[in-house]
Formats: sequence, C-alpha cells, structure tokens
Amino acid sequence: MKSILKNRLAWPVLALAALLAVNQIFRGDFLSLRMQDGHLYGSIIDIMRNGAPTILIALGMTLVIASRGIDLSVGAVVAIAGAASCAYIAASPEPASPATAAVAVVIAVVAGLVLGVWNGFLVSTIGVQPIIATLVLMTAGRGIAQLITDGQIVSVTNDSYKAIGAGYLFTLPVSILITAVVFVLAAVLTRRTALGTLIEAVGINPVASRLAGLRARNIIWIVYIFSAFCAAIAGLMISSNVTAADANNAGLYIEMDAILAVVIGGTSLAGGRYSLVGTVVGAFIIQTLTTTVYTLGIPPEVTLVFKALVVIAVCLLQAPKARTLLRNLKPASPLRTKEKVAA
Amino acid sequence: MSSLSTVAPPTPQKASAIRHRLRTGTRYAPTLATLALFILMFVVGAGMYPSFLSGQVLLNLFIDNTFLIVLAVGMTFVILTGGIDLSVGAVVALSMMVTATMLQNGWNPATVILAVLVIGGGLGLLMGLIIQYFDIQPFIVTLAGMFLARGLCYVISLESISVTDPFFTGMAQARIPLSEELFISPGVLIALLVIAVAFFILHHTRFGRTVYAIGGNEHSAMLMGLAVKSTKVLVYCVSGLCSAIAGILFSFYSLSGYSLAAQGMELDAIAAVVIGGTLLTGGVGYVLGSVVGVLVLGIVQTFIAYDGTLSSWWTKIVIGGLLLVFILLQRLFTRRTP
Amino acid sequence: MPATATARINTEKISRMNELVPVVEMTGIAIGFPGVKALDDVDFRLFQGEVHALMGENGAGKSTLIKALTGVYTIDSGRITVLGRQKNFSTPAESQAAGISTVYQEVNLCTNLTVEENVMLGREPRRRGSIDWRGVRARTREVLAQLHLHHVEPGSLLSEHSIAVQQLIAIARSVEVNAKVLILDEPTSSLDADEVSQLFRVIRDLRDRGVAILFVSHFLEQVYELSDRMTVLRNGKLVGEYMTRDLSRMNLISKMIGKDLEVLEELDQESSRSQARLAAGARPFMETEGLGRKGAVSNVNLSIYPGEVVGLAGLLGAGRTETARLLFGADRSDEGSIKVRGQQLKLRSPRTAIDHGIGFCSEDRKEEGLIADLTVRDNLVLAMQATKGWARRIPRRVQDELVAEFIETLDIRPANPDALIRNLSGGNQQKVLLARWMVTSPDLLILDEPTRGIDIGAKTQIQKLINKLASEGMSILFISSELEEVLRLSHRIAVIKDRAMVAEISNDDVSIEDVLTVIAGGAQ
Repeated sequence: MKSILKNRLAWPVLALAALLAVNQIFRGDFLSLRMQDGHLYGSIIDIMRNGAPTILIALGMTLVIASRGIDLSVGAVVAIAGAASCAYIAASPEPASPATAAVAVVIAVVAGLVLGVWNGFLVSTIGVQPIIATLVLMTAGRGIAQLITDGQIVSVTNDSYKAIGAGYLFTLPVSILITAVVFVLAAVLTRRTALGTLIEAVGINPVASRLAGLRARNIIWIVYIFSAFCAAIAGLMISSNVTAADANNAGLYIEMDAILAVVIGGTSLAGGRYSLVGTVVGAFIIQTLTTTVYTLGIPPEVTLVFKALVVIAVCLLQAPKARTLLRNLKPASPLRTKEKVAA
Repeated sequence: MSSLSTVAPPTPQKASAIRHRLRTGTRYAPTLATLALFILMFVVGAGMYPSFLSGQVLLNLFIDNTFLIVLAVGMTFVILTGGIDLSVGAVVALSMMVTATMLQNGWNPATVILAVLVIGGGLGLLMGLIIQYFDIQPFIVTLAGMFLARGLCYVISLESISVTDPFFTGMAQARIPLSEELFISPGVLIALLVIAVAFFILHHTRFGRTVYAIGGNEHSAMLMGLAVKSTKVLVYCVSGLCSAIAGILFSFYSLSGYSLAAQGMELDAIAAVVIGGTLLTGGVGYVLGSVVGVLVLGIVQTFIAYDGTLSSWWTKIVIGGLLLVFILLQRLFTRRTP
Repeated sequence: MPATATARINTEKISRMNELVPVVEMTGIAIGFPGVKALDDVDFRLFQGEVHALMGENGAGKSTLIKALTGVYTIDSGRITVLGRQKNFSTPAESQAAGISTVYQEVNLCTNLTVEENVMLGREPRRRGSIDWRGVRARTREVLAQLHLHHVEPGSLLSEHSIAVQQLIAIARSVEVNAKVLILDEPTSSLDADEVSQLFRVIRDLRDRGVAILFVSHFLEQVYELSDRMTVLRNGKLVGEYMTRDLSRMNLISKMIGKDLEVLEELDQESSRSQARLAAGARPFMETEGLGRKGAVSNVNLSIYPGEVVGLAGLLGAGRTETARLLFGADRSDEGSIKVRGQQLKLRSPRTAIDHGIGFCSEDRKEEGLIADLTVRDNLVLAMQATKGWARRIPRRVQDELVAEFIETLDIRPANPDALIRNLSGGNQQKVLLARWMVTSPDLLILDEPTRGIDIGAKTQIQKLINKLASEGMSILFISSELEEVLRLSHRIAVIKDRAMVAEISNDDVSIEDVLTVIAGGAQ
C-alpha cells in the first residue's frame, strides 16, 4: 500500500516543491514567517488560510470519488451554509453574541448533513448516477441559498463568527486549525475503522465487493454526508471571512478546484485507492499556483490559463502511467474460459 | 431424472405484442413528457396572465435563448456518445471576447465570424483528441478547457468591450416580421438552421448513426466496423463549433464582449439536454428534445418575470426541481427495460 | 419431418466434400502468447452449405481460432485461404470484407437503436448524401422475411425484443451483407427450447442456401442435432475432423477431455471414495427443489449435508457456475426454492447467504474475486470485515494472526501480507481468495474451479484442505472441470448438462467413464 502511495505522491509533491522553490527564488521572503501580536504571518500562512475551504471540500470529495462517485453540489452547499448561518445571526435577538454564533454554526452543519443525506439517498437508494444526482442540488442549491438571504448579501457583525474564517488561535489561523482537525477526523474515520478500505473496495471492484458480502449502500451514504459536511464547514469559513453571505458567489467553482486537487493528488476519477495527503498536496498546488502567478509578476488574469495548463500537464503525466498499469494487469486473455454466459 | 426442462414464456407472440405497444411510444416518451410539460406550463401561464397568451411570448422564448439552443444542440452530440463538455460556457465567452476585440480593431465581420468558428472548433477538436488519444476522462479535459478558455478571456481583456460594428448592431436590432404582430430576430433563423443541420446529421448520416451507436454500445459499434474513434473526437469539435456560433449569437444579443459572460451556461445547457430526454449515459436522446428543454428553461424564466413577486432565484430552484423529476422519470424508464 | 430429410440429403452432399473447394481453409495455424501456445499447427476446413461444430474444452483454442479467422488476432504462422484466395487479416473489418460474419454470445448490437438501424448500421443506403430510410426499411423487411421474422417490426427498438430475437436480428445483419461464412459463438446459451428450435430452423435455411456455418456450443445435444461435421481441439492442437454421424458422444467427450477410454479405467482405481459417516438422521444444511433461473440453469434438486463434499460435474458451459451463483444469492432464482437448516430462504444477495453461513469462491477471480489494488491482507479479511460492518474494524493484531495463519497453511507466496494482490501469481491469488472464505468459517463453502491454474503442489494442498474441512463438518460444493478431482473428493456428484441438473450419483465405486456416460446422455 505504501509503495503505491509513495509512487503517486511523488509527482504532486515534486510539483509543489518546485512551485514553492520558484516563489522563494523570486521573492526571497516567501518562506519566511513572522510573529506579530501573537499571530503567525507569512506567505505560507496566507496560502494555507486561503486554501483551507478548498482543502476541506477536497477531503470530502476524495472519499466520494474513491467510491466511484462525484459531488458537484459542494459549491451550492457552501452557499447554503453561509446563507443559513448569516441569516440566522441577522435575524436573531442578539446578533453579536457568541451563543448566537454557536447556534448559527450548528444550523449550517445540520443543513450540510441534511443535504448530504439527500445526495446519498439519490445515489445509493434510487441509483441515480452521481454526476447527475449532485447536479440537481448544484442547480437548485444556489437558488435555495438566495431564497434564504432574500437575494441580498447578508452582512453580520459577530466577532465569534468572524473568528472561524479570520480569527487566530494558538498563533495559527482558526481556519487552518479547523481544516487540520477535519483532516485528522477523516483520517481516523477511514483508517481506524474499516471504512477507508471498504470505500476503496467498492470503488475498485463493486462486483467482487458485492460477492464478498459488502453492502455498498451505507458506505455510499456516508461519503456523501461527509462531503456535504465538509462543504458546510467550508461555507462557514468563507462567509465568516467576509462576515457576510453572498449566495451568488460563495464557493463559485470550488467543486472544480476540489476535484482537481483530488486528481492531482493521485486519486483516480474512476475510483479506488485514494490519498487524503495527496489531496491536501493537490489543493496546496492549486492555491500556490495563484500566488506563484502573482510572485512572478504575471498579470493575475493569466492565473486561469496557468491553472489549465498545469491540470493538463498533470493529467497527461498520470495518463500513460495508467495505460502501462493496465497493460501489466491483462493476463493472456485467449485462454479465458467461456463458461460465463450473459444471464 | 427429467430431461431438459424449460420455462415456457407466456405465449411469446402475445407478450412481445403487448411489450411492443407499450414501448412504441416509450422511446419518445421522455421527450414527449418534456413537450407536454412545456405546453402545460404555457397553458397555465396563459391562464394566470392574459398577456401570456400571445404568439410573441412564444417567439420571445426563442429570441432570448438562441445561444442556449445552439449550445444545447452541440451538447447533445457529446452527451449522446456518453461524454460531457464543460467548456461550452467559457468558449461562448471567449468567442464574444474575440469578436468584440477583433471588431474593435477594425476587422470585418465575416473574417471575425470565421476566426471565431475556427477557434471554437479547433479547441473542441483539441479536447477531443486529448480525450481519445490519452484516454483521460472528458470531465477533466473539458474542465481544463473551460479554465483555458475563460483564462484567455481574462487575458484578452478584463473589461467589457462594446461592439459597435454596424453588421452586428444591425443583427441585434433587426426584426423579421412573421405577421402583423409577430416577429423574430435573425438569431432565431440561425438557431433554427443549426437545429435543422444537427437533426439531419444525427438522423440522416452515417456519422450521426455512429454517434448513437457509440452511446448505445461502443464495443458493439466497433465490432460492427463503425468509425468509433474519429467520431468520438469529432463530437467535441461539433460542440466547440456550436459554442462558437452561440458566442456570436450572444454577441448579437448583448453587443459586447465581457470576460465574465456566460458563466454557468454549460450547466444550463446540460440541464436542458437532460430535461429534454437525453440520457447522460448516452445513446438515447433527440436534438429536438434538447430544444424543448431550453424552451422549458426559458418559460420558467418568463413565468418568474411575469409574476414580478417571485425573485429570480426561484428559477434556479424550479430548474433543479425539474431536473430531479426528469432524472427520476428516466430512472423509472430505464428500470423497466429488460 | 422435413429437417431430417434435408439432413440426409446434406450428408450425401458432404460425403462428396473432399472433392470440393472449402470456403475457408486454415492450415498449420500457430498463435502464441507470452508463455502460452494457444494454437499449435491447427488445420481447419469449412465448406459451403454445412454446419460445422468447433468442439473443445477450456483452453482448447476454439476462441483463438475464431479470432484468427475474424481478424482479431494475427497468426504467427500458417495460412488462411478464403474461397481459394490467401488472406492476411489484421483487422475485423478485413475479415468482414472477405465475407466472414460473426454473431457473438453477447449479441453485439446496439439495443438503443431500432431493428432496421441495427441491421443496416454502417451500410445504410444513401440517396444524395442522406440516408435513404425507406430503402433501409425495405431491405430490412426483406432480410427479416428470409429469417421468418415476419412479426418483427423494423421500426421497433431492439431492446423490445427477447435475446433470441435479437440474435436472429444479428444473423439478419450477416445475411444482409451476403456473408459466405457465419460464425455463431454460443448462440443458444440464453435461449429456451422454442427459441432454440426457431434458431435452428434459420440456421438450416441458411445452410441450405449455401452459407458455411461455424457453430460453437457446449450443448452436446444441440451440436449433435444441428451439425454436419465437427472439429475437435485440445490444448491448442487439432485432435481431428469428423462427420458428426460417425462420432459417438462418448468418443467425442473423450477426445475433448483427452483420455482414452482405457486410460479412464486405470484412473478409476484411485477414485473410490469412502463415504463420510453421515450421522443417522442428519438433516441437510441446504436443500433445493426445482431451483432455476431463466437462461441460466434449471431443475436443480440438491441436498447438501454437513461434512460432505458434493461435486458438480459437467462440461464447460453446462451451467455449473450458474447453479453455484443461485445457491449463493449472487443471482436470483425465478423458480424453485431453497431451504437452509430447514427454513425456507430467499437468497437475494450474497450478504444474506454469508449471514447464513455460506461462502462462495468464484471461478473468475480477476473480475469477481480480487480487489486488485488492495493488499493480500485486505483481500483476505474482506468477507469477514463485511459481516462486521465498517465501524467495527477487525483489530490489526487479529488481522495479522489470521493472515499469518493462512499464509502458512496455504503456503501463500510471497509471504508478505502487504503485497498488492495483483502482483501475486494466479495460484497464490486463488489461495488468498480461498482464505478469505475460510476465515468466515462457513457451514457451506462453494468452490468454483478452486484449483484452476494452480501448480500440482498447491492443488494437492487444496484438495487435502477440502477433505479436512469436510471432516470437520463443513459442507462443500465443489466444481471442477477435472473429473478426477471431482471423483477424488466428492461424496456425491450432481451432473449438470445443457443447463439442467440431470442426475445425482453417489460416489460409490463410480468411475470417470460412468460420469461421462451420464453427461453423454445415458442416465445411470
């Protein structure tokens, strides 16, 4: 197991290292950190903080993709979570109190869980293809978010709430800590229990898994719930960062970044073996790309083109590997028995 | 011991006759359902708002959605083969930017339009080749294509560029009268032409039949000697061309080039195609169905506008709901097939 | 009956065959793959107006020969001539252009298209650049009529029709193109008796019209009913070319399996199996009555007692795996019943079966057994983990113990629990899969070809293991293509032939020949 990971992680880690090196060369102080007012500052910190929502969502996305699915609705969940929490705070009797913030957080998380159950239901029980099942929420979700905010950008003033996205704790940004906690949670959940292995089994060979007695339904439900959960928390971070809920733009295209992070990190879109660490590296790469463009003095408009080229490059690099792997897997097929017949 | 015992099916002739009658309609059923829904919505609208019941309202659906219609037509080709093209919205925006910039720099409209078509088709061809030759999933490749096209938009200009070329402004303002009170725009004629050509290709050429065959069973198609590989590449080229045409139509409509334009339009196109009865797995669907899908999306928008009290975000919710209903219908439909 | 009269006329024709030029002649064909010689100096002749059966067991080379003829494989040496002209096929299209048409088991048509679209796909007549649909319809009607498919609407969707009709439509496509050679690969596997008759009528018509038909089937009776001549392959080599009426079933089987009748008797010495002491009044673990599934297998009546090994004997394709799958809930039966420990049970999923103490080791380990990218350890504990659910992970320590135990017992190499299972040899992969089921301590273990592709040493180990498990009280359903094995291990043998269970034999002084006789069609 380790060998595959090591192999697949090599490219993304190298790419990230190269990006960081480029940045450091062009901006001598890139990697430096400084302490101010008990808070840690630095470019690296900025990257981590700005990338936290993407990392979170990518974590959830990793498990979904590993199960041979995909979740396009995460951006909408981000918007809904932000909208629900801000709307609650704005409408509450004590809009500035920590208690209100706490309740708002709970509301957002519950909303995420409900939406995750919805997606899971469509995919596991009704049997709708994941891409189209989550497309429903992706389309309707922003509308729902706007419904909640009544089309306005809802601003709130609540220090506790603001802390989620913009605050500091133990010298580090809260968002980074939250992401780290979720990462640990995901890692523990999947590796301390059999969940991770079973997700991989379902993704690698659903037929064999079924014959081995796996009931895929529950597993599939879990991954979609977790994905929505991550999206909800990311939504809290994003809205708290600006202490406002922008139903239109919150989390726009974040699902694409998340999927890219997962793919760059070495998990195949076809499902199976996944790597949470790889995803984190992938998300870092995407976030660092934006910074690199700025550092190199390339006009920011070019960021997107840059991103596209990097994505294509990584995919091309991974593709031939996929083909040689396939070639090694095929046994001498002509001697395969013909006993199996289409029932 | 007993010899070969068999389970005799209930009078094969009768069973298949019943099945045939059930099924004769069912292949058109999803599209007919969409059409029925559209008519229903129109009727309900007419009931609620007297001014709804006018031919022009119907024609406005076309006028206001020419670009989406063309996009949906192109997307149908791709989805029929079991693929997907996420880049179409970005290519529309790119087409608009290129158009606006070139016109601004004095190029004549004919050259501009040609250039845009080449760019759109070329990008589509490139994506198709990468998908086919490197065997990378269409989702990722067209996603990258989306980033690339959108990124090129930003590179060209971050600000909106107005189109003042007389040909374009003429097209934007022209009204083709159909009768005393009814009119359409030239864009509608172009869209209708695109639909007609697409229909012809899909139903009257071997290329079109190959598209359907690939979506139905790619392996069989290959064994039957069809040109599977080249067809799979070309559908992306078709989609790219349609995106380019849609971009031109959108330029007629908005008379500007704006790098943030058409964001999310690819999702509208996909929704229209799905609502129109095309299966995302491929092999089943009609171009006319996708057109009706666009009209359904359009009429939802019209409803909201007429109502005045309903906010625009209801459009998204309703479309999501419609998508859900049609997906569930499709699921029921495919479950019954043996 | 007209069919027999035509057959008689044909056999007269055939006896003059040696003077005629064959439509297809393959001489000295050799095709090899890394480590394996699939075909070794094989000759084959196919004449106009005959139905020719290609016979042979697993790995005999039948499918390789056909793929050479249809351009899927290129030959290493030898010669292929079609109508006297030498051909070098490098693509399926070239073979089709030479007039060779194939209808596959899976009916490779597009079910989302209509009948007429399928028949004419890729060859639609065109008028001024666009497809002439009227011409398509007319031509399709013509061709369907030739095949007596009058009730099939050309405009109907292919998916509306049964597999049997779809197959005939696939044949119609070949007729449309005036194929000189029609290859039918296992055409009757999913058909019932009426559909088979309909198909045979069509085949005989085509034969009488001069088409050369190559018929591959595991259904002995059908081969004898339909074919004029046969070619038997074994282990990649040609055994012989025979007139069907000159070759008895026993002879055919022994040629396919490769044992002379005399040699078979020698092997018998070993295979007497002392009966298990079944406790008086012991109740069966599983009883099935009239179990079956359309298109798969029928008439399965079995009682399996604790501590006994029941062998399923039959030729390849007879329906043994299908039977096993029904007993495991991998497929749902549509007739008959199953009782486990005296209770009626609806086995709808493997999970249900596992929960009731049944395990199943599939014969297709690559598609249905291995989770290729996971480790030996993960694969080994998979079934057990599945029963515990995802939340309660089998402790690492316990996993290690289990894995170490089975690596030792089954001699799994390399002895590395963290090796990716896809890197192990086939035999070792099979052992891991076996271990997967043994870990769950089932009451009934169904083993489908567990010793296929395993070296002799490992084979013996596994056979000893099966004995041991049975003696400890486990019931075992054992499927193997090697009759000696089945005889060596089984207490009782159920014979499956042509998709139905035809006999149940107690393994008291039973010889291979006896079993073969049953398979060949005579009841004991």
